[in-house]
Amino acid sequence: MIEQLVQTLVDIFSVGGLYALTTLGIGLIFGVMRLINFAHSQLIMAAGYAVLLLFAQSAALAVASALIAAVLLALIIERAAFRPLRGADPATLLIASFAASFFIEKLMILLVGSRPKGLDFLPFLSRQAEVAGVRVQLLQMVTIAVSAVLLVATTWFLKATRLGLEMRAAAENFRMAEVLGVRANRVIATAFAISGVLAAAVACLFVAQTGLVQPRMGLQLVIIAFVGTVIGGLGSLPGSALGGFLVGAMTIVLQALLPPDLRPFREAFLFVAVAAVLLFRPQGLVPARGFRERI
Amino acid sequence: MLRTVEPSDPARVGEPIVAVDGLVVNYGSITAVHGVDIRVFAGETVAIVGPNGAGKTSLLSAIAGIVRPAAGAIRIGGEPLAGVALPDVVRRGIAIAPEGRNIFAGLTVIENLRLGATTRRDRAIAADIEKVFADFPILGERKNQPAGLLSGGEQQMLAISRAMLSRPRLLMLDEPSLGLAPAIVERVYQLLKSIRSEGVALLVVEQNAARAFGLADRVYVMSRGLFTLAGAPAEIERHRDFDAAYFGVAMSATGGSP
Repeated sequence: MIEQLVQTLVDIFSVGGLYALTTLGIGLIFGVMRLINFAHSQLIMAAGYAVLLLFAQSAALAVASALIAAVLLALIIERAAFRPLRGADPATLLIASFAASFFIEKLMILLVGSRPKGLDFLPFLSRQAEVAGVRVQLLQMVTIAVSAVLLVATTWFLKATRLGLEMRAAAENFRMAEVLGVRANRVIATAFAISGVLAAAVACLFVAQTGLVQPRMGLQLVIIAFVGTVIGGLGSLPGSALGGFLVGAMTIVLQALLPPDLRPFREAFLFVAVAAVLLFRPQGLVPARGFRERI
Repeated sequence: MLRTVEPSDPARVGEPIVAVDGLVVNYGSITAVHGVDIRVFAGETVAIVGPNGAGKTSLLSAIAGIVRPAAGAIRIGGEPLAGVALPDVVRRGIAIAPEGRNIFAGLTVIENLRLGATTRRDRAIAADIEKVFADFPILGERKNQPAGLLSGGEQQMLAISRAMLSRPRLLMLDEPSLGLAPAIVERVYQLLKSIRSEGVALLVVEQNAARAFGLADRVYVMSRGLFTLAGAPAEIERHRDFDAAYFGVAMSATGGSP
């Protein structure tokens, strides 16, 4: 009984943490520029292939190259797809993000083919470790630790640094931030770079868990994460992280509580819960302040 | 109908901080500003009064770089404003406390003030913020609370103090007394007087003409996108066409106060 409870808790925090990292990356971009960046899953994919390229040499090198690949791609997407559209309406930005997403995915299929490639990344993490007398997978503990560290680090950056303050101001009222001298391009590029770092972390953990890399990887994760961003409260950063965590946690709880016959349909139950949130709290669990630009 | 007034500015030495010539501002097919000229020189206080919808906010927004003019020229310190990115306007010494105050409600009071100093890299920022807290103890007491919890008057003090933290040469204020109780308006105008005494030029837009007259060196009356009167406050206040100019009605139609 205790064993099952601890295992469920570990599952909740590891899966929830992974989703929270994904929603935070998406929520950061949405908060600053009111853009739902569908190309976020391509950041995860690019980092995954960077791992594939170098994991045989060394794990550290693979992680470093994943970070570089995701951050670089995030900055390129921002520069090539979104900067020319500065000031365009959200619908235009949304379509541009679809275009960037499809373009990169198809380009990758053209370059490497659509078949998944297997890899044994960080194999020592699949061992078991003992926590509170219960044996759990080491990778899950690492996932929880990495998620916690990155969430704290992102929070620290946003709360304690000058650029972080400018970013939060831009998220609340972009125009007024600019009137005070905040440089939009710098803030937006930084937000994309951070979303790249978060995507790289998600990719490394995800690849270690699944042992697969493919051009469509990250898509499923990102679609569920969009849902998390919406229920957490679009435009609110703590809301994004919380929403992602809750969605991840909910899948685990449903898996544990649903009768075995219904488990294959747990996503349906998840989306019923999401629909309920949207019905009763359409602004999300943690509503963003100053959502509308006033000047 | 009233003709456009193009006042001859009193002779002043040096370059104006702001020089506006033939400014036209459109929103879609609606013209908000119909071609106005205005100059603000260092250290002076200029007020623009007029009814709602006269184009006052559009004029300020154009000088602040927030809206792009359809025609006309704006020069800041002799340099054309056209092509200057919005975040660089404040770097040229122009700050604005906009209509509705636009404080960051979700950020704390002290964070709002720090954002006012975005363009600065010197070491005196913390001391300047402490000075704001010394002048307005309530802001100091609530420095770590979300600014959205402040009262309207406190938010206005915060918005003006925030604008001043960029150390501007010209501070523009859009309706600083709007929606505030008379006692609070009094405090806001005391603050503006102390800012004026520091040598900062002020360009104040007000519906509350009496307040603006008490502060300004020069007054423009704006109506339907045009300046209809301009001059010293005492002169304007007693001007027989003031009501007509203010409300933009044909002069023959005005007998007394509307």
